[in-house]
Amino acid sequence: MPQNAASVLDHNQLFKEPEYKALVEAKKVFEDAVPDAKVKEVEDWTKSWEYREINFKREALTINPAKACQPLGAVLAAAGFEGTLPYVHGSQGCVAYFRSHFNRHFKEPSSCVSDSMTEDAAVFGGLNNMVDGLSNAYALYKPKMIAVSTTCMAEVIGDDLDSFIKTAKQKEVIPESFPVPFAHTPSFVGSHVTGYDNMMKGILTHFWEGKERKAGNSVNIIGGFDGYCVGNNRELKRMLGLMGVDYTILSDPSDVFDTPADGEFRMYDGGTKLEDAAAALNAKATFAMQGISAAKTLEYVAGTGQEVVELNCPIGVAATDAFLMELSRITGKAIPEELEKERGRLVDAMADSQAYLHGKKFALFGDPDMTMGLTSFLLEMGAEPVHIVCTNAPKAWEEKMRKLLDASPFGKEAKLYPGKDLWHMRSLLATEPVEFLIGSTYGKLLERDCGVPLIRIGFPIFDRHHHHRFPIWGYQGSLNVLVKVLDKIFDELDAKSRDDIDFDVVR
Amino acid sequence: MSAETKARNQELIQEALAMYPEKAAKKRAKHLNVYEEGKPDCGVKSNIKSLPGVMTIRGCAYAGSKGVVWGPIKDMVHISHGPVGCGQYSWGTRRNYYGGITGVNSFVGMQVTSDFQEKDIVFGGDKKLDKLIDEITTLFPLANGISIQSECPIGLIGDDIEAVSKKKTKEIGKTIVPVRCEGFRGVSQSLGHHIANDQVRDWVLDKAESTHEAGPYDVAIIGDYNIGGDAWSSRILLEEMGLRVVAQWSGDGTLKEMEKTPKVKLNLLHCYRSMNYISRHMEEKYGIPWVEYNFFGPTKIAASLREIASHFDDKIKEGAEKVIAKYQPMVDAVIAKYKPRLDKKTVMLYVGGLRPRHVVGAYEDLGMEVVGAGYEFAHGDDYQRTTHYVKDGTLIYDDVTGFELEHFVDKIRPDLVGSGVKEKYIFQKMGVPFRQMHSWDYSGPYHGYDGFAIFARDMDMAINSPVWSMNKAPWKK
Repeated sequence: MPQNAASVLDHNQLFKEPEYKALVEAKKVFEDAVPDAKVKEVEDWTKSWEYREINFKREALTINPAKACQPLGAVLAAAGFEGTLPYVHGSQGCVAYFRSHFNRHFKEPSSCVSDSMTEDAAVFGGLNNMVDGLSNAYALYKPKMIAVSTTCMAEVIGDDLDSFIKTAKQKEVIPESFPVPFAHTPSFVGSHVTGYDNMMKGILTHFWEGKERKAGNSVNIIGGFDGYCVGNNRELKRMLGLMGVDYTILSDPSDVFDTPADGEFRMYDGGTKLEDAAAALNAKATFAMQGISAAKTLEYVAGTGQEVVELNCPIGVAATDAFLMELSRITGKAIPEELEKERGRLVDAMADSQAYLHGKKFALFGDPDMTMGLTSFLLEMGAEPVHIVCTNAPKAWEEKMRKLLDASPFGKEAKLYPGKDLWHMRSLLATEPVEFLIGSTYGKLLERDCGVPLIRIGFPIFDRHHHHRFPIWGYQGSLNVLVKVLDKIFDELDAKSRDDIDFDVVR
Repeated sequence: MSAETKARNQELIQEALAMYPEKAAKKRAKHLNVYEEGKPDCGVKSNIKSLPGVMTIRGCAYAGSKGVVWGPIKDMVHISHGPVGCGQYSWGTRRNYYGGITGVNSFVGMQVTSDFQEKDIVFGGDKKLDKLIDEITTLFPLANGISIQSECPIGLIGDDIEAVSKKKTKEIGKTIVPVRCEGFRGVSQSLGHHIANDQVRDWVLDKAESTHEAGPYDVAIIGDYNIGGDAWSSRILLEEMGLRVVAQWSGDGTLKEMEKTPKVKLNLLHCYRSMNYISRHMEEKYGIPWVEYNFFGPTKIAASLREIASHFDDKIKEGAEKVIAKYQPMVDAVIAKYKPRLDKKTVMLYVGGLRPRHVVGAYEDLGMEVVGAGYEFAHGDDYQRTTHYVKDGTLIYDDVTGFELEHFVDKIRPDLVGSGVKEKYIFQKMGVPFRQMHSWDYSGPYHGYDGFAIFARDMDMAINSPVWSMNKAPWKK
């Protein structure tokens, strides 16, 4: 018997004990399991060029996609506003999934309600659910704003949020003046980044529509769907503070997804103040930190007369330089010496470490702007991106990425795979191996199957803790990215040289 | 519990209800109560629609079918049929451990979806489904079957997944199971379990012709999802007492094992809520009796081993006694180590449809007391069974809302809350120790004697962590 009280064995060790290995082996008789040799033969075949070709011919089947659905993004966008309760009109299971998805990534509570539509709502529409749902949510959770998005059920039956919310107000279940912005977020269109975009546009439309813009000198910043929103938003605020820029971050969930453990649960904390969201109409310009994924919002913002600036996850020197220079150009504020010194420190760190990245071959996957930001940084380090998969790439992605890659001698070999999934990536890694992979936690399946070490940068990160607390944007954020990449490179060097002459103390 | 505690619990219920609009308060009142000893149930209504907007913790029928019943069957490919989200959020997050090589002869840890686009909604998804079944067949030759797990749109756009299944079964010669587990059906995960069970009946058992040779001591483990390896730490005991475990439903299970089950002598049912349906069916159709058992904590394990053995001959009865005797010293050592640290500690539970009652014995083995219990998706028969476990005065909350649970925990301040990931971080911020009781908080197994040692260790590390003493800054009195 392997178990003992003195040193309790959990699954990490227990199932490696002979009793359990024998149990699992003996069970195969009842599974009618095919012989191990046959399994090995098929496994090898799944990693062949022949399999890759069949795999890439898929037309209907998606396997291990790196994208989620629209309302998830809508919930994140909504969570970044002061006292705002995200509300999803439709089936309740979706909300259970959104909440647990964020819980597992942030290791934080995630508050969101559903109006629990069932069969009767499928037949008669979800108006009653909306009226009761707003009434209950308003009474129980005392929000300052409720931001409504939809599940695919509500979209398929064609519920009209605008009229439902108006009806709820006519029935006086919530005050007439109570803000209830909304966005239709069908899961069968786009991905989570689309949902973020739609909800942001919905919230801005709610506050800005019909108002007259009095152009000022402030800027708005829209982070977009960002798994690092806690660290990134704080870093953005620090940089903007150093610049002395008057700014509004539109959706800032950095506090609500990082509340203290001091004996009190804060359902709401921090976030963009509602009056600031309204006043943001008067900004001189709006910056989208993930511009490819902010198309609808930016189109709307541009229509108000504001200048719009599209960035693509400013990771690395050039991308951060561009961010600061655009800020400086628009606001007239000089880039302060302190930020210039930070820039110099990042360049210094890159120079110290470049030999370990130069010429290294990378595969990466993730959201459109994230892959772009990471690619830009890898190229600056002389690393060579080879396979770049973006399951939820819109049309603009490929063109912008190609331009970025073509501008560097290190980008020539890179191939872009818009719309492909991680099963495609598996074929790529098996047939054309690279040295490192960058992506979300789900990249660990590829790490296991293809032996390529995974550097966890992306969303979601379920199996490592607290990464979201540290920024990946700006000079400081880029330093974090550099260290993440380097640590993996050094760990690999150590692992591979453990029994060899070059198990070096100094690297 | 004292009359004082009972009165306090009633008061807490009233306080929570007072916060609701009138209509909602009236409805919620039926789901909250204080257990009165001697009553046949817990005095709450259950399996009723959740109120809109209250932050129910429940999920949906798809979660009950794909996430619970079908998803763990490892030699089949399970298609999340519809838009991308449902499959994405349930991808590998439930910890049903399984053997095999993922993507080669085992397919649990994969997110296989038809990734519906607008055109699929407008023109229907049957053609796409037809094509993607062919693609699965080509890419995964060792898969023994396919299940189609319907997401919300499927039932709304009039797709005929049954017709596609029949056609493709003929073409590819493998089992294909259409499951109508759209998320809007029913009130919780529970209907998904039921629908999933019915599809096993209609599309697996009815069609199976297993040449498997039955033995006198054949049993099947039903309703164990092998969370953190639970089914394995259960199976080991059953085998040690002399039984032959032919099938695991469904953790680390296979289609092939399911097909052999109609020949077993006894079905052993752990999760009554999610698999009583198929157990009853097999009793009716094949005459297989079933017995509920409970492998949480040594008291219940021993009682269960004896109950199971009572259905067999003396050889098995002796085997059960031997197993109990074999593990007793280890169990004694575990209790000697942890009980002093956990004695008299109080627990509030809120889990799915089984554990709020099933784990009570394990806590009591460690000297702990369950003071509040509730289920996400239990039915009346679960609340009847709960009376065998909970003490007089226990606070009962069915389909609890986020607001209610926070209020109850805040006021009762138990030493431990056992619930899900959506609750975990809320209570930890409140300074209340917490263990996830769906996923075993990334630990486990908790079933069986080996699992009990881990359970005891985990409860101790949650409750007695030094971190809880640091919530308040020392300069704040």
